[in-house]
Amino acid sequence: MPKKDHKTNGLPRVGFYICHCGSNIAGTIDVAAVREYAAGLPGVAVARDYKYMCSDPGQELIASDIEKYGLERIVVSACSPNLHEETFRKAAAKGGLNPFRVQMVNIREHASWVHTDRASATEKAKDLARAAVARVVHHRALERKRVPVDPNVLVVGGGIAGIHAALTLANAGKKVTLVEKEATIGGHMALFDKTFPTLDCAACILTPKMSAVKAHPNIRLWTWSEVEKVEGYVGNYKVTVKRKPRYVNEDLCVGCMECIDACVYKEPKFHDKFNQGLGKRKPVYIDFPQATPKVVLVDPETCLQLKTGKCQKKCASVCDRNAFDFGQKERSEEIQVGSIVLATGFRTYDAKKDKQYGYGRYPGVYTALEVERLVNASGPTSGEIKLRDGREPKAVGIIHCVGSRDEKSNKWCSRVCCMYSLKLAHLIKEHSGAEVYNFYIDMRAPGKAYEEFYDKLLGEGVHFVRGRVAEVTDWAVSPEEEGKLVMRVEDTLAGIVRRIPVDMVVLSTGLEPQADAQEVRRRFNIGCGSEGFFQERHPKLAPVNTFTDGVYIAGACQGPRDIPDTVAQAGAAAAEALALIDAGHVELEPNTSAVAEAECSGCKTCVPLCPYGAVSFDEAKRKAAINEVLCKGCGVCAAACPSGSITQNLFGDDEIFSEIEGVLAK
Amino acid sequence: MRYQYFPGCSLKGSGRAYEESFLAVFRALGVEVRELEDWNCCGATAYMSVDETKSYALAGRNLAIAARDRADVMAPCSACYLVLNKTMRGLGENPELKRKVTGALKAGGLDYREGVKVRHPLDVLVNDIGLDEIRKRVKKPLSGLKLASYYGCQIVRPFATFDDQDDPVTMDRLMQACGAECVDWPLKTHCCGGSLTGTLPDAGLRLAYIILNEAKKRGAAALVTPCPLCQFNLDAYQGQMAGKFGRPNMPVLYFTQLIGLAMGLDADELGIGRGIIPAQAALAGR
Repeated sequence: MPKKDHKTNGLPRVGFYICHCGSNIAGTIDVAAVREYAAGLPGVAVARDYKYMCSDPGQELIASDIEKYGLERIVVSACSPNLHEETFRKAAAKGGLNPFRVQMVNIREHASWVHTDRASATEKAKDLARAAVARVVHHRALERKRVPVDPNVLVVGGGIAGIHAALTLANAGKKVTLVEKEATIGGHMALFDKTFPTLDCAACILTPKMSAVKAHPNIRLWTWSEVEKVEGYVGNYKVTVKRKPRYVNEDLCVGCMECIDACVYKEPKFHDKFNQGLGKRKPVYIDFPQATPKVVLVDPETCLQLKTGKCQKKCASVCDRNAFDFGQKERSEEIQVGSIVLATGFRTYDAKKDKQYGYGRYPGVYTALEVERLVNASGPTSGEIKLRDGREPKAVGIIHCVGSRDEKSNKWCSRVCCMYSLKLAHLIKEHSGAEVYNFYIDMRAPGKAYEEFYDKLLGEGVHFVRGRVAEVTDWAVSPEEEGKLVMRVEDTLAGIVRRIPVDMVVLSTGLEPQADAQEVRRRFNIGCGSEGFFQERHPKLAPVNTFTDGVYIAGACQGPRDIPDTVAQAGAAAAEALALIDAGHVELEPNTSAVAEAECSGCKTCVPLCPYGAVSFDEAKRKAAINEVLCKGCGVCAAACPSGSITQNLFGDDEIFSEIEGVLAK
Repeated sequence: MRYQYFPGCSLKGSGRAYEESFLAVFRALGVEVRELEDWNCCGATAYMSVDETKSYALAGRNLAIAARDRADVMAPCSACYLVLNKTMRGLGENPELKRKVTGALKAGGLDYREGVKVRHPLDVLVNDIGLDEIRKRVKKPLSGLKLASYYGCQIVRPFATFDDQDDPVTMDRLMQACGAECVDWPLKTHCCGGSLTGTLPDAGLRLAYIILNEAKKRGAAALVTPCPLCQFNLDAYQGQMAGKFGRPNMPVLYFTQLIGLAMGLDADELGIGRGIIPAQAALAGR
């Protein structure tokens, strides 16, 4: 290594590299001027500019300069460290330098992209360069910690996303626990009769996967269960799962359903959630015959025995497996996993909120999910389209975008409603022969074979009216409208206002985040977008990753999507988890905090502040202690410590103050 | 409990019965209502399309006067209620407009300040005084009286501050608290004809007729409304409708008149006789 020359004046030798990023940076910033300026900064032994620093030759430049100029620190003035800090750390390591002796300056997002004035943007880039050079001399060599990854995986949510992710992982030989809050897996897809655009039977493609989950030796299926608590970190999570009582021993019940027949309630009379309230169930019930696991459960709200303790318990007496256990209690179980796939799905928009469509006021108004059950051969009407009053509709209007693309409710497009509305239009027409009207804003059919499906519907004599329906009303102005629901709409293609009398209105409600999405995201320490769907790490390049390592998201919990996209994403989430597991270990960032015990006064200020539970209090020593593995390097404890005894790697006082002084010095 | 009162032109003119009944009801409830001093035109509709800044200044003047007092302002006319609220929002969202308007008001010795609350008496009766209190005050329940509560547009659009935009219910609840029955109908906020009754009578009268006819079809004996323009359109033009569509012969009352009756106030004090379509038959025995 060449000796320290007079130029660096005893300071560590810094290499400065500024990137053009094509014209992204060079278009606004005078890159050569910044390079020349940086070359004259104290400690800088070499300053270069290059068209694409992140490219192979760019990285090679850094690696070879380290050798050639005896560089001890590197500053790269380019894009966001989120994008390429790792790239340049690796380049430094290749040249034999500790990777944490690299500092990045973001002159793209922070300067060239947000400014138009070349001169001042260039000045800003110089200021930032000066700050980084002043800071980097204080960078210490740090080591990454390696921790092993537990190969077991938790999948949360048993819809098609969770099912597919669990099966993929299990087929790769990993042990999976699938937790589902309902009594059966299957999710929304289990409600559907047919799927678009192929019109293949939803049950025929879903139920085999459901039974594969149940039968898989590598999958432990916990339905009627919810995740309560998540502790730990990537590769090493401890998860507490609440198991709700079914009042039926799951291991004994074989799903013969004789108990349901025997129940003292002769007729089903309670709200059947699975059938969207269109059917009735008894206190002892099973959601549907193909429910998985095929185990009955007892509803404590309606069961006489559980409510009053006084019932003949005919259900239990006919059970030759002795599966009933009215004393069952809720219990919690702890499991250890290394990674988590969240596939918690969506809920549909509450149609009652759009008062103008009369849902809940006019019995002839239905949500699309209700109609999914009506057209379903195993639904409450065995697939016959019958209104609540028993009539068969002669005309049906389907309103698209209810709770989607609406300033008053949800601004986003729910992506699936155009297509499922087409599917329902087809099925309603096929099952009932009714005239069907679709009221749409724009038809969105962007998937494989979707446009063709729309085209097919156009040929089937389904009517399409472009316009947002103003209201559904029972205000009749002609004899033909008497006793009908009148749909008032501006037909924006014909340029006229129409009144269309129908017997049945279907509201194509949009997709929303689950009601408890905020709670769930906090429990798993991930983010949500402003609309409440789980936030992916990068919308294009890391769509199933989250900002918490080892926690992946799949399906509609991340945003509205259809079945093909959901399944693709579930596969991707499983692959990400497998990549983590197969690596066998994770390297933890060394930007952690540490307590200088001699200076710690034991005031405990830091303990409750840590969002990751990494700070504890050592009662014997009366000092705070930080678990390096749990620490995520947020810096809250270091900032809050009144005695200054907590320091954080890469964010030491010397580093930060030098940076501030650097940016302020002229 | 004390409120300021912005009457606007209607309540001093065609809607005099509204003012009479409004003041009588609040007096009977023991609520102090003080008319805003030296108020001027609210700046409603026509001004807005001619000169926006001036119309904001005109409305702003009323708000500046109201700001001298801490009490909320009641604006019983839906148009006044809307324009005053719209002005506050408009000035809040547009600093340049606010600069102009406050400057103009300052030149007139007035100080425009934010924070004035302009409220509809329907909101005040339901949310400040409360249905329980109203129920307690009812001496002559309106039992057997079937009403169609008609809200009109401006009280819920574009700002739905205290009720639902498409299916408002506060007036129905108030009338029910007074013992009346309210028909279930879908035209609560449909158009009464607005200014079209004057400019395009063919269209305007048709719209007004639709409301009255549907109310009648649903079995209502009278229509009840919180808006003086709706009341005027629906009441005063029934004669002209007769030739074209049929005679609805439906009395159109202010909600304050019916509350007053239920509270046992005198029909004359409530301006009941001022309606063009007589309400006596519908209110027989009250």
